[in-house]
Amino acid sequence: MVSVPGPHATYLNPILERHGHAAASLLQILREAQEHFGYVHPDALDYLSAQLRLPRARIEGVAGFYSFICLQPHGEYRVLFSDNITDRMLGSQTLMEQMCQQLWVEPGKASEDGLVSIGATSCTGMCDQGPAMLVNGRAVTHLSHQRVQEIAHLIRNRTPLDDWPGDFFRVEDNIRRKGLLLDSTLAPGDVLRAALAPGAADIVAAITASGLRGRGGAGFPTGLKWEACRLAQGAEHYVVCNADEGEPGTFKDRVLLTSHADLVFEGMTLCALAIGARKGFLYLRGEYRYLLEPLQAVLQRRRENNLLGACILGQPGFDFDIAIHLGAGAYICGEESALIESLEGKRGVPRSRPPFPVTHGYLQQPTAVDNVEIFCQAALAIHMGADNYRAIGTPKSSGSKLISVSGDCPRPGIYEYPFGVSVREVLKDCGAANTRAVQISGPSGVCVAESEFGRKLCFEDLPTAGAFMVFDDSRDLFEVARNFVHFFAHESCGFCTPCRVGTSMLKQTMDKIAAGHGTRYDLAEIEHLDQVLQTSSHCGLGRTACNPVLHTLRHFRPAYENRLKSLDFEPAFDLDGALARARQMTGRDDAGAHLKPEET
Amino acid sequence: MSRKLRIATTSLAGCFGCHMSLLDIDERLLALLELVEFDRSPITDIKHCGPCDIGLIEGGICNAENVHVLREFRTHCKILIAIGSCAITGGLPAQRNHLDLASCLTEVYLTEPGLAHGHIPNDPELPLPLDKVHPLHEVVKIDYFIPGCPPSGDAIWKFLTDLIAGKTPELGHGLIKYD
Amino acid sequence: MSDTFQLDGKNVPFESGQTVMQAALAAGHYIPHLCYHPEFKPHGSCKLCTVKVGGRTAASCTMPAEAGLNVESNIEEMNGLRRTLVQMLFAEGNHFCPSCEKSGNCMLQALGYDLEVHTAGFRHLYPDRPLDASHPDILLDFNRCILCELCVRASSEVDGKNVFALSGRGIAKHLIVNAKSELLKDTDIALADKAMQVCPVGVILKKRVGFSVPIGERRYDQRPISAQALDDAPRLSDASSSCAACEGTP
Repeated sequence: MVSVPGPHATYLNPILERHGHAAASLLQILREAQEHFGYVHPDALDYLSAQLRLPRARIEGVAGFYSFICLQPHGEYRVLFSDNITDRMLGSQTLMEQMCQQLWVEPGKASEDGLVSIGATSCTGMCDQGPAMLVNGRAVTHLSHQRVQEIAHLIRNRTPLDDWPGDFFRVEDNIRRKGLLLDSTLAPGDVLRAALAPGAADIVAAITASGLRGRGGAGFPTGLKWEACRLAQGAEHYVVCNADEGEPGTFKDRVLLTSHADLVFEGMTLCALAIGARKGFLYLRGEYRYLLEPLQAVLQRRRENNLLGACILGQPGFDFDIAIHLGAGAYICGEESALIESLEGKRGVPRSRPPFPVTHGYLQQPTAVDNVEIFCQAALAIHMGADNYRAIGTPKSSGSKLISVSGDCPRPGIYEYPFGVSVREVLKDCGAANTRAVQISGPSGVCVAESEFGRKLCFEDLPTAGAFMVFDDSRDLFEVARNFVHFFAHESCGFCTPCRVGTSMLKQTMDKIAAGHGTRYDLAEIEHLDQVLQTSSHCGLGRTACNPVLHTLRHFRPAYENRLKSLDFEPAFDLDGALARARQMTGRDDAGAHLKPEET
Repeated sequence: MSRKLRIATTSLAGCFGCHMSLLDIDERLLALLELVEFDRSPITDIKHCGPCDIGLIEGGICNAENVHVLREFRTHCKILIAIGSCAITGGLPAQRNHLDLASCLTEVYLTEPGLAHGHIPNDPELPLPLDKVHPLHEVVKIDYFIPGCPPSGDAIWKFLTDLIAGKTPELGHGLIKYD
Repeated sequence: MSDTFQLDGKNVPFESGQTVMQAALAAGHYIPHLCYHPEFKPHGSCKLCTVKVGGRTAASCTMPAEAGLNVESNIEEMNGLRRTLVQMLFAEGNHFCPSCEKSGNCMLQALGYDLEVHTAGFRHLYPDRPLDASHPDILLDFNRCILCELCVRASSEVDGKNVFALSGRGIAKHLIVNAKSELLKDTDIALADKAMQVCPVGVILKKRVGFSVPIGERRYDQRPISAQALDDAPRLSDASSSCAACEGTP
């Protein structure tokens, strides 16, 4: 066991200092405290409560919300296998079993010597180079039996992560097809220099004229958002870049932040100029923790080049800087108002709207929250001119879109296309064969079957946040949907009744069908739950949680029906199995000590 | 009406309180008997139920025998009604559900004070307990539910007469009770 | 002269800043609710008050009233939804009414009565939620918690104490108290706190008075919640008196 250190003040004080003892930085403080000590110690909670003047229970509540913050020791090495369906298709479950056996641990429990714990986590955004895992928050890719064996060995020998082979942590871009964004050779400052003279109103007008729309899936017109934010009254305005890329199967933002970080920050600074913000945040998902230092280096270089800080490019009054805020394992924080709550150091619960973030966002001030890709696209649109930009793509979807391709294809990775590309074209380019279905835009999106491969990726037809998961004819679409349903149940924030309880019920029903106890009543229950989730959930998570099931039911109903035990009602559990404990306690095994399935 | 409806009743993991309440409809029992006749029921002492129109079950499912009886009712009754808190939620017996069955049996038969040389009964005549107590609707399809602990005689009367008259039963304020 | 909107075909006047729920209650129209409380900022989590507005659905407690809205509440589609939500809450916790001293004064139960909910329908989750009986005068029975956060809000906004908070996420979300020991006795809660009065179900209980009013003579034994809630609402304007929805100490 790790021994309890002396006063927690020693390591907490510098952290508190760095964050100015601000309660709004609570999540950052907790994360850093944990990096220091492995988990957040109960005494540390007391100390933080006193120092931040926050009730202890509220700090505990924030810590308890995020998957990556631990209030109990979980082993010197915390291993979390990425549990997206694409990881599973690459054999992650067998690898996890293998590692558990080699290290003598049960999934989800720390080993008795406190050395290691092994569990699962939601998609870590490495679908094109999976199976993947996180070890103490650091991403490991390309897992194989060989690699897992080596990792088990390193853990047994207590080898520090820094001494592990660098290869393990290598994350590739896998850019397969470039377009206007990925081909861009703009130098830092090019766009800002061009935008300075025309000024705020012109930037917004140009963005509006370019037809740019949000790249997170909903497709809200960016110009409208920036205009509303620019005109909103407030002591401060804020720019927030949503890099909480949590939608399973999506990894384009990771690539942009790895290889085009300057363009992202350029776009954020452009937005700051347009809406009159002096402060911006990059909300980086916890899974991409390894990008923190490189990104901070880019920010520092931009400060040195007068592209951030006071009087940017010598323009008096153009002051703007960007801070990076790390998430801590909560998909819901990709929802813009939940993200803002998280930025403020709270539980990531979506706010009731109205009011919207453009008028009442971070600290109740006007805030423009946009996706990583949109900041790049905005910079490009300004550079190219609205008309040239609008000429690319389709009438209602201008510009290009990055697609994250994963699953059953020989060339997974990032593909950039003008809007309007067909599903079939993407499949051809990535070399997919015998494709049965494609999940567009992640679990909350649409499952498209072969008959629909002619459909186009654009707001007029198939809007997408970028995920493109390919399933060939060896895959069972029921299991795909079940994986997604588990994901939603795990990520529900629990605020509203329908989503908190409904996603759990849905998970139970899918598990019941998987275990061979399903009946047509269960299919009817799924449809009923969907109705309730869609009509009464607080946010998009609940409203879309049934989509994977409904879409696969529509296209692949036999995958469900083949598993139904009978059409009549069946219990969700094994009745004979429910007597096992009593048999064990009484030593009985006679006929009366068993419950046979009913003869029908 | 061409023939009387046939009703079967039983108590599983229950206390017969719901049956007592059924008797609480008092003189209306005679009116009820104009409309129905009883098959398997504590009232008739018939041991197994034959084809019935309505089955009325109080109590939840806590052991193997409960499952057998419940299945018999489901097989023979066109309409199956769960009556009372235990049948609908597991009720009092389900208060053990957050405990491990083994620790329950150990506590009751082995470690409780005054139980020198106790042993956990293992006579094959005894039904084995399930690891959890379940409401009826988790084991078979249930058509209707009459809540209450127990439901009042008036509630039972209203429910049954609605049902027999072919109306969707409604209890309304004062008759619908969970306690 | 104030603006009006339509609620189930009736004109409802409202003042600027009011939500659909506030205006409806003030005008004598009941919309079922659990987490809404006239003395607190609307929360919008239980979703019992979901209504249909122009084909879309929204929680009426957080929806700003607007002139000309056509709000449908007392329709089978919405009542069916509410029935399912009540069933979900019953299946989620351990709501064993026959042994609950709040029976008859419980809003969840009363809503179940009003909506003719005869069963939870779903598979019961039977969560393991130990009691906290540490405090000499107050019992916490987490089995019945529906996570409405009224106690969290009351303790923080009115009592200035923050005795309660939420931790966990999703189905594992749960109520916690502000003490390292995790015990209520180590918090600064007091019997006179607002947080003692707002629990709509039977979580926060004053000890030794549970049955001073006999079963059968309690709040919702007398009249259904739809009638009681309307009586409570107009007191909003009377700032001096306490809210009738709370069980104030007499």
